[in-house]
Amino acid sequence: MKSDIILAGVGGQGILSIAATIGMAALENDLQLKQSEVHGMSQRGGAVQSHLRISDKSISSDLIPVGKADLIISVEPMEGLRYLSYLTDDGWLVTNSKPFKNIPDYPEIEKLTGSIDKIENHIILDADKIAHKIKSPRSSNMVMLGAASPFVDLPYKSFEVGIEKIFGRKGEQIVKLNLDALKAGREFAEQSVKTELNN
Amino acid sequence: MEKLLLLGDEAVSQGAIDAGMSGMYAYPGTPSTEIMEYVQRSKTARDRNIHRQWSANEKTAMEASLGMSYAGKRSMVAMKHVGLNVAADVFMNAAVTGVNGGLLVAVADDPSMHSSQNEQDSRYYGRFALVPILEPSNQQEAYDMSYEGMDFSEKYNLPVMIRLTTRLSHSRSGVKTKEIKDEKEISYPADPIQFVLLPSNARKKYKILLDKLTELRKISDDSKYNTYFDGEDKSLGIIACGIGFNYFMENFPDGICPYPVLKIGQYPLPTKMVQEIDGECEKLLVIEEGYPMVEELLRGFLNKEKRILGRLDGTIPRAGELNPNIIAAALGKGNGKTLQVPDIVANRPPQFCSGCSHKDVYEALNETMKLFGSDQRVFSDIGCYTLGALSPYKSIHTCVDMGASITMAKGAADAGVRPAVAVIGDSTFTHSGITGLLDAVNENSQITVIISDNSTVGMTGGQPSSALGKLENICVGIGVDPDHVRVVTPLRKYHEEIVDVLNEEIQYEGVSVVIPSRECIQTLTRKKKKT
Repeated sequence: MKSDIILAGVGGQGILSIAATIGMAALENDLQLKQSEVHGMSQRGGAVQSHLRISDKSISSDLIPVGKADLIISVEPMEGLRYLSYLTDDGWLVTNSKPFKNIPDYPEIEKLTGSIDKIENHIILDADKIAHKIKSPRSSNMVMLGAASPFVDLPYKSFEVGIEKIFGRKGEQIVKLNLDALKAGREFAEQSVKTELNN
Repeated sequence: MEKLLLLGDEAVSQGAIDAGMSGMYAYPGTPSTEIMEYVQRSKTARDRNIHRQWSANEKTAMEASLGMSYAGKRSMVAMKHVGLNVAADVFMNAAVTGVNGGLLVAVADDPSMHSSQNEQDSRYYGRFALVPILEPSNQQEAYDMSYEGMDFSEKYNLPVMIRLTTRLSHSRSGVKTKEIKDEKEISYPADPIQFVLLPSNARKKYKILLDKLTELRKISDDSKYNTYFDGEDKSLGIIACGIGFNYFMENFPDGICPYPVLKIGQYPLPTKMVQEIDGECEKLLVIEEGYPMVEELLRGFLNKEKRILGRLDGTIPRAGELNPNIIAAALGKGNGKTLQVPDIVANRPPQFCSGCSHKDVYEALNETMKLFGSDQRVFSDIGCYTLGALSPYKSIHTCVDMGASITMAKGAADAGVRPAVAVIGDSTFTHSGITGLLDAVNENSQITVIISDNSTVGMTGGQPSSALGKLENICVGIGVDPDHVRVVTPLRKYHEEIVDVLNEEIQYEGVSVVIPSRECIQTLTRKKKKT
């Protein structure tokens, strides 16, 4: 088993909480793990990425080679596209549709969704809207993780355990909100793949 | 013994804590900041009351670390690569004095300059000072080297450098810890003049240091961190240093490599091992993160046989961080077809946070400088406020080294530039700005120094600033006229007032200091969350 995942977003969006939860889920399954993070200057509203590698064998590089990522999880529609060259032919892009506009030349959203639609395996969702709908507005990142979870070769239960371990010290209520978010994201992805197959 | 999930930086900290470290010293700097932050969060460090406060700069940090070593206790000092420039004086001389308690110097380099002004390679400093260097390839080695480095330092009576690079510093993986050791008791160096580098004694000490070098070369050959892996295909041999080894091995997913490989994790280079791989192989490819230091040593000046491949002959790009794809290309392996990044993807550079005080400072400064004519230049420094060089503000025109804004403004004023204005942050000012301001005071230079005080070390994540609550007193204390030390509040509603104050002080014929003071929006938000 191996899963090479790129997480993408903008400094301050908290992509590391997704990485930490998957990491915890991987440890739960006794897998090897390497996870590189971006610290420093880019965290000030710049483009940030994290490379997360899990495997049942030992992992050499902390960085995923170009063309080898199985999955890109992006909490912002433009940021996932930035790392497209990392994706394998049959890899998945799971991206939030809600733009984070902090630059003057941010592209038109239609052009972005157009580019995303061209990718064979993709899921696009408004994670913020879903998080609001389930009354867990600050859990959009866990909605994203839920939507990406079918494409990581780990049992769903492990993600739940991951959330319990990562958010446990913040109290039961926070854990529950995040578990709900995970579930809502997962359901969206399953529905979306089913629709795709029926078409 | 337990298994922890640690960043490379944190693995170094945990290793030192478990080795019985009594004091950790540092100034924040990406990618090294987390070394101290981990110690500050550590329960063991709290229970043992291990020293874990930030220092004013890297030089004071390393000197305090050396002082703790003098007292017989184990200590570590951490910094980013350019921080070692600041601490270079004590670093070079600590190699000559030697240590008493174990002393680790953890330095994190930043190839590709993700968050730095250059990509200098700290291994040159290690070589320059003639101290051993340990360069981990993964988090477990980072832990082990730090843990064992303390014994090593005491055994050879030398500071030991642990050299990290950004990618390992900020990558997380599982680390198995070892048994925690007791701290050392206070004990003075047996030789009362060990640390007295008067020329007569320094010559003796230097001779001892040179003699140790022969010994260090020998133990490098026996070090478990230098490993020889044989391979059948002798047309090429690989010398892979630190994390470069991982990028190389990534190209052999089943772990089987046809070439002989020498993995380097301890310097000085292991003489016998290098001779062996050189004798075995037709050509050698040197893979190292940072400058081509090993490559240059092996190649020599004349490069007669042209057998050494690496960054100098273009097999690997001369600048920038390595990755598995760069190494694949160096091995003549294609990287295959990849998906195209659409052209519409725009750059997203770092920028000021919404509500940042520096923005209000630059709004006012830009308006003020316009009063003195077009094409005005402003000297600045290193911190979040350096983003003021970029659009839309474009307020500042220099960023060189910590503290240089004040002294460069002084030099420009000496040359006749009017107005000569410097912008520096509060923490940068106490790091290396005070002495420059003293120079200006002593010559009554006509400069205006803006200390943009956000009461924190912002760019590295909001560590406490050494300058907190002290700025006015420091300026007056070193001789700035109190009437020309002006504090303002950088908020939009005070914009006109700030422009007036800046204008008045720029026109003053002497040293003036304007301190726009308002807390960093990030640290403020964090505090509010806590309460």
